[in-house]
Amino acid sequence: MTVTESPASPLADKAKELVRVHLRIKRYDPETDTRPRWQEFEVEMSPGDRVLDALHLVKWTQDGTLTFRRSCAHGVCGSDAMVINGENKLACINLIKNIGTDLTIEPIRGLEVIKDLVVDMEPFFAQHRSVMPYLIAHDDPGYKERLQTQEDRDRFDDTTKCILCACCTTSCPIYWANSEYVGPAAIVSAHRFIFDSRDDGAQERLDILNQKSGVFRCKTSFNCTEACPRGIKVTQAIEEVKRAILYDRV
Amino acid sequence: MNVHYHSYDAVVVGAGGAGLRAAIELAGEARTAVLTKLYPTRSHTGAAQGGMCAALANVEEDYWEWHAFDTVKGGDYLGDQDAIDIMCREAIDAVIDLEHFGLPFSRTPQGRIDQRRFGGHTRNHGEAPVRRACYAADRTGHMILHTLYQRCVAKEVNFFNEFQVFDVLFEGEGADRRAAGVVAYEMATGDLHVFVSKGVLFATGGYGKMFKISSNAHTLTGDGPGVLFKAGIPMEDLEFYQFHPTGIYGFGILLSEAARGEGGILRNSDGERFMERVAPTVKDLAPRDMVSRAIHAEIKAGRGAGPKSDYVYLDLTHLPPEQIDSKLPDITDFVRTYLGIEPKKDPIPIQPTAHYAMGGIPTNVHGEVIVDDHNTVLPGLYAAGECACVSVHGANRLGTNSLLDIVVFGRRGGKAMAEYVKNVGHPDVPRGAEVKVRERIEQLKAGTGSEKVGDIRTTLQESMTLDASVVRTDESLSDAKRTVEELKAQYANIKIDDKGEVFNYDLTEAMELGHLLDLAHGLVVGAQARTESRGAHWRDDYPTRDDQNWMKHTLAHLEQDGSIRLSYKQVVAGNYQPMERKY
Ligand SMILES: Cc1cc2nc3c(=O)[nH]c(=O)nc-3n(C[C@H](O)[C@H](O)[C@H](O)COP(=O)(O)OP(=O)(O)OC[C@H]3O[C@@H](n4cnc5c(N)ncnc54)[C@H](O)[C@@H]3O)c2cc1C
Ligand code: SF4
Ligand code: SF4
Ligand code: FES
Repeated sequence: MTVTESPASPLADKAKELVRVHLRIKRYDPETDTRPRWQEFEVEMSPGDRVLDALHLVKWTQDGTLTFRRSCAHGVCGSDAMVINGENKLACINLIKNIGTDLTIEPIRGLEVIKDLVVDMEPFFAQHRSVMPYLIAHDDPGYKERLQTQEDRDRFDDTTKCILCACCTTSCPIYWANSEYVGPAAIVSAHRFIFDSRDDGAQERLDILNQKSGVFRCKTSFNCTEACPRGIKVTQAIEEVKRAILYDRV
Repeated sequence: MNVHYHSYDAVVVGAGGAGLRAAIELAGEARTAVLTKLYPTRSHTGAAQGGMCAALANVEEDYWEWHAFDTVKGGDYLGDQDAIDIMCREAIDAVIDLEHFGLPFSRTPQGRIDQRRFGGHTRNHGEAPVRRACYAADRTGHMILHTLYQRCVAKEVNFFNEFQVFDVLFEGEGADRRAAGVVAYEMATGDLHVFVSKGVLFATGGYGKMFKISSNAHTLTGDGPGVLFKAGIPMEDLEFYQFHPTGIYGFGILLSEAARGEGGILRNSDGERFMERVAPTVKDLAPRDMVSRAIHAEIKAGRGAGPKSDYVYLDLTHLPPEQIDSKLPDITDFVRTYLGIEPKKDPIPIQPTAHYAMGGIPTNVHGEVIVDDHNTVLPGLYAAGECACVSVHGANRLGTNSLLDIVVFGRRGGKAMAEYVKNVGHPDVPRGAEVKVRERIEQLKAGTGSEKVGDIRTTLQESMTLDASVVRTDESLSDAKRTVEELKAQYANIKIDDKGEVFNYDLTEAMELGHLLDLAHGLVVGAQARTESRGAHWRDDYPTRDDQNWMKHTLAHLEQDGSIRLSYKQVVAGNYQPMERKY
C-alpha cells in the first residue's frame, strides 16, 4: 500500500501563507468600564488554527488583559462557549479556515457578564443540580456489577455526551426571556438518568420538570440542538421527557 | 485585596478524578472543602478516552496478577511492586464501585461491562494481548469525571470553584512540620482565602504544558507539585515523562490507543507496518515508550511522511465503518475537525505527543506524602492522581492505568485522611499566613520588567520538546538545562498587563509558569544524571537499562538558591524479577 497525501491534510494548510485575522471583541472590565465596549485586534495565523488560538495570540502578544475561560483546547471540557459571528460555539473546535478571517466575539447571553467573555456560570450549574443529576438506585447490587442490555444502554447514550458548556441554554429564547426556566442543558442531564434502566428516580425528576419552570416552557425552536457542540439531539431529548410526563411512562 | 479565613478538617485541592474520588470518601466523615481552579467537570480527566483496566474477566480469562505483571514490566521495573499489587487487586472493586455510582460503561451482548485490548496488557505474562480495559465508547474519562461529580452533588460536597491554590501551610518547622492548610486565590474577586485544615490532599493533575506538542490542557501546569517543591518537598522521578505515540500531527491532540486496540495500524511513508519489526508479538499494541521511539526511528531513517518527513500514519481505513462509529466516535471526530480528513478513507498523520507524568509528589500506598529517601511521612499531607508518584507506573505507564490510579489512590488517600483528621487537633496558624502570597501578587502587578509570560513559556515548551522528549542525550539535556536556567532568570523579571482583581488570568498564568519552570528544571537535571535508558527515559548515549546502578527512584530537591539537588530512593521489589523487556 502507498499512502497518498489527502489534499485536505494539515500540510496543505501549514504550507499556505499565514492569513490575517481580524477580531472584534466585546469587552467589559467591571473595575474600569461602566458598560461594554468593542475592541478590535489583528493577528496573523495559519488557516488551520483555532479561534481559541487567535484569542491566545491576542492575550499573549498584544493585550494580556483579554479574559476568557479555556482548558482542554479540543472540545471536551466545555469551558470556552462564546458567541462567534452571532452563534454559540466553542472557540477551540472552530478553525479559521472554516469560520473565516473576520471574527466578532461576544460572551454567551442570558448569564451575567463578569469580565470580557467570562460570565457567571453559577445559575447554570444550580439549574443542573436542581434536577437530581445522579443515579438514584434502591436495589442492592452487592459486590457485583448491575447488568444492562446494549439496547437499554443506547436509550440514553446521546445525553451522556453533555459537557455542560451551556451553548444550548444560552441560545434558548425562552431562557433569555426568563432565567427561571431550567433550560435545555438541565433537561439533558435529567434525561440521562430518567432513561437509564438502573435508575429509580425518574418520577421525582419528572415532577421537578413538570413544574412551572420546567420542560413545558420549551417551544421546540431547535436553537439548542443547533448550538450543541457535542451533536446531542437536545430537542429530541426534551420531547422524550415531555412525553414521559404526559403519558406517565418512561 | 480582602483576606478571608476558613477552618476545615480536610481540604482537597483539585476536582479531577483523583480529587473527586477522595472527596466522596471524606464526605460525611470530615468537614471537607474541595478547592479547584476549574469547575470540576472541566478537569482534564474528562479528556481521557480509551479505558480503565481491571481483570474482571468479563470477556476472557484474566487475573489481577497478570495485570500486575504487565504493569511491572511496562514500567521497566521501576514501579514499586507493593503498590502495583494493591492497584491491580483493588481495580476490580474500583470498577464495580463506578458502575454502582452510575457510570454508563459499554456493555457486552450479555449486559456485562465490556472490555477491550490496550497496549502492554497481555494474558499470562506476555503471551498475547488481553481484553482488560473497561470503557464507555471513547469517552471513558468523561464518564468517570461526570459520574464522580454526580456522586459529589448527591453527597452535597462543598466545592470552592475557581479557587486557585497558591501556597501550602504548615505547623512547626523542619522535620516536625505537619500540614496546616492552604492559601487560595479566588478568581472572581481576587481575594485571598486562608484555609486552615488538619489535612490537605493535592490532586492537581499533570504538567504536560511544559512541552510544545502535548495532549494536555492549557491548565495542566503542575501547581500542586510546584507549590510543594518550593516548600522543600522533593519530587520523585520527574525525568520519567511519557510521550504518547499518536497525537494529531501539529496539534498534539490525543488519539487513544483504543484506536489500535480496535485494530488500527501504524504505517510509515512506504505504507509499511513497522511495528511488526519492532515488537513481533504485540505489534502496534506495544507499550507507549517503545512505539514512540519506533516512530522517532522511522522518521530519523527518512521513512516519515509529509513535506518535512516528520510524521507517520495511523491507519483505520480497514476497520468496518460501524465499528469506528460505535467504538471511536469522538476521536474520529477530532480528526475531521482538526485535519479535515475522513479517517474511514484516509490514514491519519500522527506524531508523538507529551502526555503523562509518571513522576510527581512522592507518596506511599495510603496517599501520604513522603519527604526523603527513608520514606518519612509528613503528617496530614496527602497527594493522589497524576500529580503524585506512588510509584505504580515506574518508568512508563501502561494505557488505562492512570484512570485506575486516580480512583484507587484517590479513594485510599481520602480514606486515610478521613481517619487521620479524627485523631489530631486543629493546627495553629498565625494571622498573616497569606502575607507571602500577597506580596508575590503585589510584586507581579507592580513588575516593570521586560519579559513576557507568553514568550518565556513558548521558549520553554520548544526547548523541552526538542531536547528533553522521546530521545535524549547528554548534549541535548545540557542545552535544555541551560535554556531552563536562563528562563528562570528571565522569569524573575516578568511583567504582566492585567493589574485588576477580577478574573486576572494574566496573573494566574504567571504563577503557573513558575511551576512549569521549576518542574522542567528538576526533569532535565534528573534526566541528565540518569545515564541509562529505562522506560520513557531514553538516552541515545546510554541505550541500555543499568539495573546495577540505576534501579532506584530519583528524588529532586529544589534548593533555596533555585538549584536542583538529587538523592535516590530504593525501589520496592516483589514477585517479578527484572528481565529484558521484549514484546
Ligand atoms: C487526552 C488524554 C487521554 C487520556 N486517556 C487515558 C485513558 O484512556 N486511560 C487512562 O488511564 N488515562 C488516560 N489519560 C491520563 C488520565 O486521564 C490523567 O492522568 C488523569 O485523568 C489525571 O487525573 P487527576 O485527577 O490526577 O487530574 P485532573 O483530572 O487533571 O484534575 C486536576 C484538577 O486539579 C485542579 N487544579 C489544578 N491546579 C490547581 C490549583 N492550583 N488550585 C486548585 N485546583 C487546581 C483542576 O481544577 C482540576 O480539577 C489521558 C490523558 C489525556 C490528556
Ligand atoms: S427547543 Fe426548547 S429548549 Fe431548545 S432552544 Fe427551543 S425553546 Fe429553548
Ligand atoms: S447539551 Fe450540548 S450544548 Fe448543552 S450543555 Fe450539553 S454539550 Fe453543551
Ligand atoms: S477549551 Fe475545553 S471545550 Fe474548548
